[in-house]
Amino acid sequence: MSVAEMKSKHKTIKVWNYKAGEIMRGYNNRTLHIDLTDNLISEKPVTQLMKDKFVGGKGFGLKLLWDATKPQTKWNDPENEIVISPGPCAGITQYSGAGKSLVVSISPQTDSIMDSNVGGYFGPYMKFNGFDAIELQGKAKSDVIIILDGRTHTVTIEEAPAEAIDSHILAEQLTEMYALDDKDKINIAVVSAGKAADHTLIGMLNFSFYDPRRKLCRLKQAGRGGIGTVFRDKKIKALVAIGTGVKGNLNNVADLKAISERGQRLIKEIKAGDETQCEMRTKGTAHLMEIMNNYDLLPTKNFQFGRDDSQIAKIHSEVFKSKFTQTWKDLEGCWFGCALSCAKAVDKFELRTGPYKGEKVIVDGPEYETAAGVGSNCGIFDADHIIEVNFYCDTYGICTISFGTLTAFVMECYENGILNKERTGGLELNFGNRDAALELLHQMARGEGFGLIAGHGVRGMKKIFAEKGWGDINFMNDIGMENKGLEYSQYVSKESLAQQGGYAMTNKGPQHDEAWLIFMDMVNNQIPTFENKAEALHYFPMFRTWFGLQGFCKLPWNDIEPENNRQTAEPAKVPEHVESYVIIYNAVTGNNIDKKELIRQSERVYNFQRVFNIRRGYGLRKHDAQPYRACGPVTKEEYLSREAFYDKQLKELVNFDPAGKSTEEKMSVMRKYRENRYEQLLDAVYKRRGWTSNGVPKIEHLKEIGMDLPEVIEVVKPLQ
Amino acid sequence: MNRTITVNGNIIEWHEGMTVTDVLAVMKYTFKLLVVHVNENNIKRDEWPETLVPEGAEVKAIHLMSGG
Repeated sequence: MSVAEMKSKHKTIKVWNYKAGEIMRGYNNRTLHIDLTDNLISEKPVTQLMKDKFVGGKGFGLKLLWDATKPQTKWNDPENEIVISPGPCAGITQYSGAGKSLVVSISPQTDSIMDSNVGGYFGPYMKFNGFDAIELQGKAKSDVIIILDGRTHTVTIEEAPAEAIDSHILAEQLTEMYALDDKDKINIAVVSAGKAADHTLIGMLNFSFYDPRRKLCRLKQAGRGGIGTVFRDKKIKALVAIGTGVKGNLNNVADLKAISERGQRLIKEIKAGDETQCEMRTKGTAHLMEIMNNYDLLPTKNFQFGRDDSQIAKIHSEVFKSKFTQTWKDLEGCWFGCALSCAKAVDKFELRTGPYKGEKVIVDGPEYETAAGVGSNCGIFDADHIIEVNFYCDTYGICTISFGTLTAFVMECYENGILNKERTGGLELNFGNRDAALELLHQMARGEGFGLIAGHGVRGMKKIFAEKGWGDINFMNDIGMENKGLEYSQYVSKESLAQQGGYAMTNKGPQHDEAWLIFMDMVNNQIPTFENKAEALHYFPMFRTWFGLQGFCKLPWNDIEPENNRQTAEPAKVPEHVESYVIIYNAVTGNNIDKKELIRQSERVYNFQRVFNIRRGYGLRKHDAQPYRACGPVTKEEYLSREAFYDKQLKELVNFDPAGKSTEEKMSVMRKYRENRYEQLLDAVYKRRGWTSNGVPKIEHLKEIGMDLPEVIEVVKPLQ
Repeated sequence: MNRTITVNGNIIEWHEGMTVTDVLAVMKYTFKLLVVHVNENNIKRDEWPETLVPEGAEVKAIHLMSGG
């Protein structure tokens, strides 16, 4: 069917006209609300309080979601929302990495508050069209698309029965449908999910950006926590933003010259340093593959091991570099003006399985997280397999991190007899079985077989397997790499206590974007005491939260460093880049913050998110518990793989002589020691963050940071 | 008694003529974003192959964060 025929089948449900506005210093000062149940569209003012307390991006998402829902609201209740907000600095083109959006919702996986950041053009285009955030509430009766048209200043809801569900097709269809001509395709941005988001809890959202060199749509992902599942539950097929062209100062910033100066400085750094530092322009985040292997951090066979020296060559970063198209290596940004250019892609990749078998497609990525998750963590050291899974996860609309970690869990269950061929409907899900892993993925998209069970995620599967009497729940809790219901991202944290906190003490669940402290802790020995670790687990999560308030990407902060960074007192913080972010924020908004207030902005939002979780019955100490696999060796095989290392630790750190002791005895002593240390870490971090020993923000702390709103105090007061 | 140096808090064997590059190889430190101090003196990357590490030195090889 042609695109014109598809469009002819659209039925307009609602057209809403709005007055064109002008962004002033990064803000439109209004947000857009869409109720799909009653087809109501309206705008809301952004108050000064919202800007002062919540800033933008994730802050706006949390505030709007809090106001829209009740403590009992479930992910699939109509009142749950998906909120997308880019932040005041989003859309500037003079500094690299300034096109991010934050997506917030109640998660089908965790039942608490999820946030996920994403590149692509939708967020900035929505902002240039007049809105600082969009709230999607209610449920449509049948599949709809929502069009934010910056040309006509209209928002339209249309029934759209004929377009594809899978993102790689749908993004192309809608881009062609709404572009005036080929040249205009760059002004179309599409948000979509895919068939597997209809049948699993791990659905994600693709945000497109049109690549004029390839003449194809590219896809970036808001992957974590099942927001794509919420999207499809609302029967949204796609959001479309129609832009009118990106110009130099659409944010009407206070001081463009200051932003440009810092932007030019960063471009020089990238050109001078990337080739000898992280090679982001040729490898993207996949540059980490062999590095993580060398430091025992690459998850292998469901996080049992941290390396596989015999196989790493097959998924070495040079392998991916050779597969990435390098023709436009300096121009691969997911937003205009990004010189770090890490959005790598494999072109004309021929698929060997599934409904698109034999087709040659473009695959965005793989990123490190994908390659480690669906590759080494599943015992599959095959670059082409990783690329194929990457493609299908994207187009089917599911999170590659969750898919990798849950498949690794399934494989370990299979190898331990918890699962067998009969229970999986014929899938032989041993580690390393790439065909079975791919078939599991296709089953998720078709909504059939064992794919439906696996689509519940690790936490859901543990419950199902235990109810069926298939396995010991204690063992499954030990090896099931989830916390708060979200699957772990792809770093082995066993030997870094600080990273264990960096994962399990997160607000949304174990995603590395809050804190990545492994080198500081495990390799550099820079933070040896509990107080040192607590300070790091205060500063870095707060600093990293700030990117998501503003619309910035984190990668240009620390995946490229100035030549003189080594001479600074705290090189891990990259002080010059922190200074740049302060300058740029002030230059966009006209405000006057310093680096302390930068952290304070994040603290307000971070604590608000913690209290939001508490309001929903989560966010307490017990919810920060981690699976033992994240903390130490669960199985004898794991212990024995590093026996000398663990024995040395027992002797030197635990004061326990391992000589003549059984492996079980040594493991038991080790476990007690490590679990005790994690509890001590919780105490230290809660104290540093101004929380009670149960993980509840103290009222005096909330007052000190300026997050003492009455509705916040009301939640925490009974828990002081 | 072995002659040693300390690297990020770990004691390792030292030998005559040992350079910064040698130390990093012994420690298997392959990460590129490294800041190296020998007895609190910062050593530039291009000086690593020639810079001798004295016996008993305290070497800090600070791995700067990357990841995700």
